[in-house]
Amino acid sequence: MTIERGLIARAGLLAVLAVLAHAAAGAPGGEFVFAYLQRAGDDYYAAHRSYTGLTLRDRHRPLAGVAVALRESRVTGRALGLEFRLIERELARDEAAGAAVEALLAQGARALVLDLPREEVAALARDFAGRALLLFNVRHTDDALRAADCSPVLFHTLPSLAMLSDALAQFLASKNWREVLVLAGGTPADLATSKAFRHAARKFGLRVNSVREFELGNDPRRRDLNNVALLTAEADYDVVYLADTAGEFGRYVPFDTQRPRPVVGSEGLTASAWHWTWERHGAPQLNQRFDRLAGRRMHDSDFAAWLAVRVVVDSIARTRSTGVAAIARYLRSGETTFDTYLGAPGSFRPWDNQLRLPVLLHTHNAVIARAPLSGFLHRDNELDTLGADRPESACRLAG
Amino acid sequence: MRTSHPRLPRRLAIAGLALLALPALEVGAASTGRVLVGNEKSNTITVLVNDEVVQTIDTCARPRGMHFSAERTEFYVGCADDSVIAIYEVATLKLLRRIRNVEEPETFDLHPNGRHLYVSNEEDATATVYDVLSGELLGEFDTGEEPEGVQVTRDGRLVFVASEAANMVHVIDTGRGEVIKDILVDTRPRRFALTPDERELWVSAELAGMVNIIDTQTLELVGDVRFLPTGFRPEQVTPVDVLITRDGKRAYVALGRANHVAVVDVAARKVLEYILVGRRAWGLALTHDEGKLYVANGLSDDISIIDTRSLRVLKSVPVGRVPYGILVDDH
Repeated sequence: MTIERGLIARAGLLAVLAVLAHAAAGAPGGEFVFAYLQRAGDDYYAAHRSYTGLTLRDRHRPLAGVAVALRESRVTGRALGLEFRLIERELARDEAAGAAVEALLAQGARALVLDLPREEVAALARDFAGRALLLFNVRHTDDALRAADCSPVLFHTLPSLAMLSDALAQFLASKNWREVLVLAGGTPADLATSKAFRHAARKFGLRVNSVREFELGNDPRRRDLNNVALLTAEADYDVVYLADTAGEFGRYVPFDTQRPRPVVGSEGLTASAWHWTWERHGAPQLNQRFDRLAGRRMHDSDFAAWLAVRVVVDSIARTRSTGVAAIARYLRSGETTFDTYLGAPGSFRPWDNQLRLPVLLHTHNAVIARAPLSGFLHRDNELDTLGADRPESACRLAG
Repeated sequence: MRTSHPRLPRRLAIAGLALLALPALEVGAASTGRVLVGNEKSNTITVLVNDEVVQTIDTCARPRGMHFSAERTEFYVGCADDSVIAIYEVATLKLLRRIRNVEEPETFDLHPNGRHLYVSNEEDATATVYDVLSGELLGEFDTGEEPEGVQVTRDGRLVFVASEAANMVHVIDTGRGEVIKDILVDTRPRRFALTPDERELWVSAELAGMVNIIDTQTLELVGDVRFLPTGFRPEQVTPVDVLITRDGKRAYVALGRANHVAVVDVAARKVLEYILVGRRAWGLALTHDEGKLYVANGLSDDISIIDTRSLRVLKSVPVGRVPYGILVDDH
């Protein structure tokens, strides 16, 4: 695997540059162990081919984000007299995740980056709720994982679907593009995305004039569902919001609408945690570090995995402790200024363990805006205009 | 080096020619009176005389750190995207030579011996030392990711390097050729200033919205100065450049996204005043008499010029895209 090769090559270089070790006073010493847990044959990573030779969705495991963050942490380790170590663990197709987590704990792992399906993340978060470990969700934007299924040991470094939807709604409101036509596919993911957007639209005063379900196909008898021009006719709107998580239908929507209106959501202007063209707040350096190690662009889950390691290392450095309780207390203290490379100090919401993050609104090759947009105010922290704020949250981790 | 100025408006270009033709400028014989502003995104250096743009010269890719040579007859420009340090003659603005293969230089400081340039290599997590005459690489030190500010003490014994991503200040002992300490500071340390007695090292922590103060004897943090101009949220305060006046009484701190420069009483560690400037104020430079402060505004493509007696902005002048560093050649 290229990551390991890259790491080994870099480690050799570091040995040449080796600088004397000098533990700072009060440093914890010893080691701190991260684990990365994934499952063999995970459907999420199956190549999604739309046609011979055409792959619309090519997902990569976010392990590379962990590797970049660990490499960045070596000087912090030098100062603390501490070694950061990673255990990579792949579950067999039918292997129980709980037993594997117990084994990882026995091997000393205390912070686990979970690259597992949503239900497995929820189950681990429930089963290990009272235990001395930190679990990081770096893959699921699902709001219920931060509400009904929230857990004191589960931290989210990826923005929630509500945060992403609110970011887009803020953008439309700031442009005064208030009349929206929603096109949504029929899969559960499409419906959840469309629902989250409609909630965001209400929150920021947009009007959803019509919600229309599309269908992929060429059947002339179903043309009112599969023809973009017909789907976007007989309505008045400033903008089309598209919920198409598979992307096969959606890629044909821009420029084929009945009215000359922009498309946002799954195509056109999209909300993401990270983008390869983001060029402020040190982002070009992070993107290049990632590309050098992984040989590809950094995506949202890579970024979230990178953040998971970074916030833990930063907490250890600030608290001078490798104890899980001390780290968790610091993570949830609200006094942190984690560097998210998005230009606003990062802190976790104490009510649901969601990292406060700005959201990038981008096209395929440019970041157009960063939410929260100017003018969307909040009594405590403007980042809390995105996603479930304390009064709305169904999770009550904080008193 | 080409010396065209394609982006310069015609009106300014003509005004510039007229000014260049004037023989008597209000400066001493030894200096040109020029203010040089490096523009990170247009790959140019804007040249001002009497606070008017007179010339724009094409330079290298992504110019960032700039520094005068010991005799102030040359200046160095860090070209991040060319991995080059370009060396220009101050009097003629001609490119004299280049130090090549410098991994993404960000900023630098010159050792008092006038030969050793300590450079932060942003992409490579190292600080390197080059001989500015021969261009030879003399040394390399392992730092945290994204090393940025570099500060050499007057006696040349210590070099401080800030690592933005590791939240650390690394202390290099030049005699031993070793990093002797990594000091954990607040989030995203950027730039340094030493008090004239060199007892205190001030370092801006961009994401924490403050300046940390390090005791240079004990190498421990001994205090902070926090900033919050009226009407701003703490997260909008992102300090970058810091300057301390020669009498050690006053500090100027560019507050980034808070669009202000803070004026600080150094002894009291208290903010005296906030001065509204352009968007994302980051690079700072003072005239030799310290009567004027130049501020590079990274997001409004201009500089603000502040009268340090009245603490008012005299004017703002459009320069290139994303102005970064400023040099004032007035003594």
